[in-house]
Amino acid sequence: MTANAPASIIPYNAVNTKSSRTFERQAEYAPEDFHDHLFELEAEGEWIVQRVPEPYVEVMTKFGRKKKIPLELTWHHKSCGQCGHIPGYSTAIFWLNRKLNFKYIDPTDQTSCTAWNYYASATSNAPAQAGVAMRNFAAAYETGYFPLIHCGTSYGHYKEVREEMMHHAEMRHQVRDVMKKLGKPLVMPEEIVHYSEWIHAVRDRIAALQTRDFSNLAVTVHPACHYYKLVQEDAIYDPDIYGGQRTATVSALIVALGAQVRDYSTWFDCCGFGFRHILVQRDFTRSFATRRKIQVMKQEANPDVVITHDTGCVTTLDKSQFVGAAHGLDVGVPVMSDAQFAALAMGAHPYRVCQLHWHSTEYRPLLEKMGIDHEKAWAEFQEDLKDLKSGKKEYLTWEDVDA
Amino acid sequence: MGLFADKYPDVPYEEKSRLWEQVKADPRFPTYLYGCYECGICVAACPSARFYDFSPRKIAQAAAREDIELIFEQMNDDVWNCSQCFSCNRCPRQNSPGGIITVLREVSVKNGLKSAKQALEGYSRIIYKIMGTGTQVSPDMLQPDAFPDWGPQVRAVSADLDVWRRALPPETLHTTSTGWQVDDKTIIELYLIWHHTGVMDMIAEVDEGLHMILNDVMEEKLEEAGYEA
Ligand code: SF4
Ligand code: SF4
Repeated sequence: MTANAPASIIPYNAVNTKSSRTFERQAEYAPEDFHDHLFELEAEGEWIVQRVPEPYVEVMTKFGRKKKIPLELTWHHKSCGQCGHIPGYSTAIFWLNRKLNFKYIDPTDQTSCTAWNYYASATSNAPAQAGVAMRNFAAAYETGYFPLIHCGTSYGHYKEVREEMMHHAEMRHQVRDVMKKLGKPLVMPEEIVHYSEWIHAVRDRIAALQTRDFSNLAVTVHPACHYYKLVQEDAIYDPDIYGGQRTATVSALIVALGAQVRDYSTWFDCCGFGFRHILVQRDFTRSFATRRKIQVMKQEANPDVVITHDTGCVTTLDKSQFVGAAHGLDVGVPVMSDAQFAALAMGAHPYRVCQLHWHSTEYRPLLEKMGIDHEKAWAEFQEDLKDLKSGKKEYLTWEDVDA
Repeated sequence: MGLFADKYPDVPYEEKSRLWEQVKADPRFPTYLYGCYECGICVAACPSARFYDFSPRKIAQAAAREDIELIFEQMNDDVWNCSQCFSCNRCPRQNSPGGIITVLREVSVKNGLKSAKQALEGYSRIIYKIMGTGTQVSPDMLQPDAFPDWGPQVRAVSADLDVWRRALPPETLHTTSTGWQVDDKTIIELYLIWHHTGVMDMIAEVDEGLHMILNDVMEEKLEEAGYEA
């Protein structure tokens, strides 16, 4: 326990705890392994299974099975909330790929999964949602690159779609007919992979390229509901992280980067996003995010930053703090994604790459703790904006970022 | 007869029953409910239960007992409170109360229930955005009057939006009215999916105005591309 940390009943080193017992992951409690069914349907000519391209890394999932995570040749299925409202999130994912010299495609032949709307307004239905998913999968397949899903909700929802498409022949055939009208094949990827799983798989490579020391940083992790609660069997677990009793995604990265993961008692709780609530009923969202998450983290773990891995979680936990502070709640913890955190560790510019000026809660003391001269960085970014305004430059490019 | 007083006695039992049959006929429904122990684990995990007078246990119970009056009441008074976080999927019977709610909501929308229309008031522009452009939230939605509770930073984003977007290195993110640049061909394919899966009919039930606007936008693009809307 560090000297300035508050007294707490929660052990800070929970992330590294190992039980004296070994808990075997018992196959009889596990849901069916979807892969068998996936390939059976392919053998019957029902669809094409797009294979995970080599090289890939194998990780362990909740019931002890293996999941293949591709390193490169990835087709980036972007997230509307990330691209629209916190674009440093998506930018950081691409930046990491570039720094690791991995080939990828950032497609324009991609729609949102539309699941935000599906969960918010119910103005859609199962075949329509499957149609949207399968159109995107077919678009990826046509390029030869493998889908890497940026949004936690797209990831969870696409796994729901996979379940429905495997088990309901009528729906599968309905969607296949719709795809035919679009001139597209019916394709299901061998694995549905979230970008944070890719980060998990390459975390040691990221750590090897780390240029900033994070050993004095205290971090709380918020795991995204749609990542590990929705179709839970293929979220990543690791016996070395939380003794394998919670998902390791995100927390393992923080450990690899040398920062301290601090636990808190509402770890399992949702952020309060609520899909419709964040847009039209934010009293719920604000209350839940501040009272059940940020304030609890602050009081029990006093973190320097909250790291999470989904669009809605970053938005909700960050934006809700303004009103919380106005109401005198104990809030004021910056929030960002694992991708931005990893990029900062590897020396990324806080504004040109991580675009932190799109975030609300004060993050500059955190940058100072990371050893970043944020005033200088902001002045550099202001120069960029001047060039864009004057027409000297049309866009800030990857070359500018790496200059 | 259900266990509780019927809160909507004016709605005929047959009508409530008809809606329930639609819920049961949904292919997802059987995999969302396997009976209920009434253990309350789902309630302990549920964010909406902490904030509203709302309980996923009651939803699962009513559905498992087929308490048609109570289910109708829940379709009107409860389902829109759910956050769709699926924390309740930790149910020891492998139920998904959140999934049951997804289906209950869809049946409400499909049948144009007044409560569904009310729940979606103020939401039309978002449906328009996602169905019309292929991305759900766009940078230009970040306006101070739309998000006053997000603080002064929203004003900073909206003030210099075009320049801030051009300051993003990924080439696909220079847009302001969509999350990223989406090809026209891609949008047309999305419209065809909406048309061929009955989504447009659902919109017509809950919001005629929105249906008309969406239809106009889609028809024009589909015709240009040589499809019949
Ligand atoms: S739905 Fe599941 S978790 Fe909820 S009360 Fe019933 S058995 Fe328990
Ligand atoms: S999905 Fe709905 S019912 Fe289930 S835990 Fe979340 S808010 Fe509660």
